[in-house]
Amino acid sequence: MTVARADAVLTGQHFFLGDHAFAEGALAAGCRFFGGYPITPSTEVAERLARRLPEVGGIFVQMEDELASMAAIVGASVAGARAMTATSGPGFSLMMENLGLAAMMEVPCVVVNVQRGGPSTGLPTLVGQADVMQARWGSHGDYEIVAYSPASPQECFDLTVKAFNTADQFRIPVLLMADEVVAHMTERVTIPPPEAIPHVERKRPGQGPGDNGFLPFKADDDLIPPMVHAGEGYRVHFTGLTHDERGYPVLTGPAHDRLVRRLVDKIRLKAWQIVEYEEYRVEDARVVVIAYGSTARSARRAVTLAREQGIPAGLLRPITLWPFPGERVRKLAERVSAFVVPELNLGQLSREVERFTSLPVLGVNHAGGAMMPPEPILDVIREARG
Amino acid sequence: MSTSTFIAERHPSDPLFRADRLPHIWCPGCGIGPAMHAYAQAMVESEIPLARHVCVSGIGCTGRVPGYLNMDSYHTTHGRAIPFATAIAIVKPELEVTVYSGDGDLFAIGGNHFIHAARRNVDLNVICINNFNYGMTGGQVGPTTPMGARATTAPFGNYEQPFNLPYLAAATGAVFVARWTSLHLRQLKQAFLRAMKKRGFTFVEVLAPCPVGFGRPNDIGDAMEEMTLYRERCVVDASARLDSLDIDLRDKERPITLGNFVDIERPVFDPLAMMRPAGERENHAALAGKTQEG
Repeated sequence: MTVARADAVLTGQHFFLGDHAFAEGALAAGCRFFGGYPITPSTEVAERLARRLPEVGGIFVQMEDELASMAAIVGASVAGARAMTATSGPGFSLMMENLGLAAMMEVPCVVVNVQRGGPSTGLPTLVGQADVMQARWGSHGDYEIVAYSPASPQECFDLTVKAFNTADQFRIPVLLMADEVVAHMTERVTIPPPEAIPHVERKRPGQGPGDNGFLPFKADDDLIPPMVHAGEGYRVHFTGLTHDERGYPVLTGPAHDRLVRRLVDKIRLKAWQIVEYEEYRVEDARVVVIAYGSTARSARRAVTLAREQGIPAGLLRPITLWPFPGERVRKLAERVSAFVVPELNLGQLSREVERFTSLPVLGVNHAGGAMMPPEPILDVIREARG
Repeated sequence: MSTSTFIAERHPSDPLFRADRLPHIWCPGCGIGPAMHAYAQAMVESEIPLARHVCVSGIGCTGRVPGYLNMDSYHTTHGRAIPFATAIAIVKPELEVTVYSGDGDLFAIGGNHFIHAARRNVDLNVICINNFNYGMTGGQVGPTTPMGARATTAPFGNYEQPFNLPYLAAATGAVFVARWTSLHLRQLKQAFLRAMKKRGFTFVEVLAPCPVGFGRPNDIGDAMEEMTLYRERCVVDASARLDSLDIDLRDKERPITLGNFVDIERPVFDPLAMMRPAGERENHAALAGKTQEG
């Protein structure tokens, strides 16, 4: 077969839209399947991959809806492909059931959610950050999730590469929780040469398909079972039902607790490895702002302005919303006097901050529609300083 | 010679099934088991190695089929077997992917995916066990329940027009469309074989007794009586008009028409088709190792 070829990794300096940086990050990570459905403000991810994936021999399919998109990326991944979809709030809601399937079947995949104002159709073209808790708890049942929050087009690229690696390492769905401002922002993006792109291989079985006693869902000491792909001769069974190490349904309480506890623990016990955050002037800070995505950019400016006014402020920017850097908050709480949490929702991540401190946690909230300016954050920093 | 003391240690088909998962969950008289066995036999006769067959299902009684088959099998979410299987089929075109699910799963909650996969002509086989009701949840009305039939959620009789599944499949683009029953196992196996050998989106409807969920509340009786009904009322007519294939089990004057109704060729879904030179586009699946003729 003859398929036109192009470079998968566009090494060099670029001036990229955040949405395009997601697409290029996916290609650089080796993603070769995208199943998606158009939705503002994530559509540019699909548009770029519709052109770029076929150029590198990958598969782009515009599915009939987001239910199908999410099911398709799970199917593509069990067949061995690195697979991704991109969406926004309404589509994210439709993906929740099969996100749970990916968690239960332990199928790695990556979902980009470019947040807009909600609930419902809300503000299709305007920014929001109100899917933070849906990212954590959106599908039914107990599971752990990893969700990255990029604050720049460069991070859209870098964190997409990381998301694929984390997904494959832990056999989980991984979320990229962007917001409309970051996704529609154009900035410099540096793409390293292919050999400098970090790559984590999916863990694969050491046993051949003919070996007796192979248990496809028997975890190693890291609580992660090696992954078998369709068509390799292992004759595996994957099910969304509660299952045992053979992959067979076992519908009992003890079997359920054993399975769900492992699915949760494989992330919880490694949360310290996964958690990422960035700090700005927290060393001697008395008031720490905790902000993510586009709001972190305004928060950084607010911290600078506060410093100019003699207020010892700092910024903690969670790069992983989930797992949340709660231990860092607990540590900071030993020496600061208050936290300020600006976000484009009426109080979501602030609840998580409150779990790790008894200090005042002051929200700076707007339901969305425009980027948060630095001034209201500065006002609350001043108020927190008292 | 007395055979009364002879007990076979193994059945010749044992390697095709996960014998360690038996007994299965299906009720006595259910039509899913025979249809599953016909599918397993067709896989063997297809001469496609078992390691290249993949079975995907949604939720429901029929959704349990892949779990009993000793092959790569995926039991997904309710209604979403087709998009899941679509991705497997296009990521690994060398695999023979079959969706095996029920009428409620494929045509109520999953109906949108069916029509789009048929339209695209994805290289998939879809086998639908049609037992005219939701069996797993206890006999509710569904998209194939005949007008007037009683169900736990249609206690006064169903007043919705059901789908004529072969007509729907043909209209939306399936290249092979057949209907048989779990009584017509030889013809059913042949239809499965034809579907496996054929490139593109194939559809086989299997009419199957559900004595507990559908037979009893509709005065059809037990499985034997429903099988007798199939034997007496079914006619094989491959050239029947597709729009005449509606089923009403309760109308004794109305035949149930069976057959292989559609067998056509059309370009198979290939996401990279437009990247290939025009002359190579339609040969893509053949290049992937599929047999073109059955």
